Amino acid sequence: MIAKVIVTPKPVVNDPQGNTVKQGLASLGFREVSDVRVGKYIEVSLDAPSEHEARQRVEAMCQQLLANHVIEDFHFEIEHEGRHQR
Amino acid sequence: MKFGVLVFPGTWSDRDCGWVVDQVLGEQLTYLWHKDADLKGCDCVILPGGFAYGDYLRTGAIARFAPVMEKVGEFADRGGLVWGICNGFQILCEAGLLPGALIRNASLEFRCQWTNLMVDRNDLPYTSQCAEREVIRIPISHGEGSYFADPATLSRLEQNGQVVFRYCDADGRVTPGANPNGSLHNIAGIVNKRGNVLGMMPHPERCSEPELGGTDGLKLFRSVVESATRALVS
Repeated sequence: MIAKVIVTPKPVVNDPQGNTVKQGLASLGFREVSDVRVGKYIEVSLDAPSEHEARQRVEAMCQQLLANHVIEDFHFEIEHEGRHQR
Repeated sequence: MKFGVLVFPGTWSDRDCGWVVDQVLGEQLTYLWHKDADLKGCDCVILPGGFAYGDYLRTGAIARFAPVMEKVGEFADRGGLVWGICNGFQILCEAGLLPGALIRNASLEFRCQWTNLMVDRNDLPYTSQCAEREVIRIPISHGEGSYFADPATLSRLEQNGQVVFRYCDADGRVTPGANPNGSLHNIAGIVNKRGNVLGMMPHPERCSEPELGGTDGLKLFRSVVESATRALVS
């Protein structure tokens, strides 16, 4: 299975990268952009007997290492590798 | 007294801290490797600046799992002096030894410059040689030094008097203009509630000799030595 983890700065945390990208988009003419937040995308391949168990394990990985709960939020999806095609 | 300077792969200020300890102060020095299983009888452990484990994932995120960090945590719990400077501060926050986190500078720039710091606490082992509300001049050198904590944590820090250093102007005014990185409440350094674990972004080891343009950093090192000596005598 593959966990696709997305880590983003919490809404209350100032995100200077996001603000700078937003300004860049505005200068390119994308005036409709009201906000940009820059986060991280992490792919974790893992073996687990069930999706339920994989979810529990990935949740624990996020809590303990992949995200810092002081400044970041996270969410993830689990994909079975058979369905994962590129 | 004996200082231990902790070295992770990617640490770069270890020799600067070591130089101040043994060449400037004439105190005992040992370098602690990240895989060490004990602290070799040190009275004060310094976590120096740099990019431990390449700052991968987040600053300090991987370093906190180093074997030696378990011992550092136990040492801190016993009241031992643990002093995180720059990357060391980031590591102490990730390890949960200090509250909050250090995020990207508001300017997005790596800032390497002199800063003025208001000493909010001079009753600590790290600041006893400073005058009350003294302004000291110490350089910063970081890209991710913007201190963040949620409002409840921030007000707890303020109520407990855990803010030790704040960025200020030369006259001691704590203003937005004197804040080099966007830190909340202009915070440059904090201690834990007990006062034995200090984290600070500025680099005192880079201003401990006149040749380097200033000696205010030496006041902090001298404070540690003086407080340790006092502890031995009493």
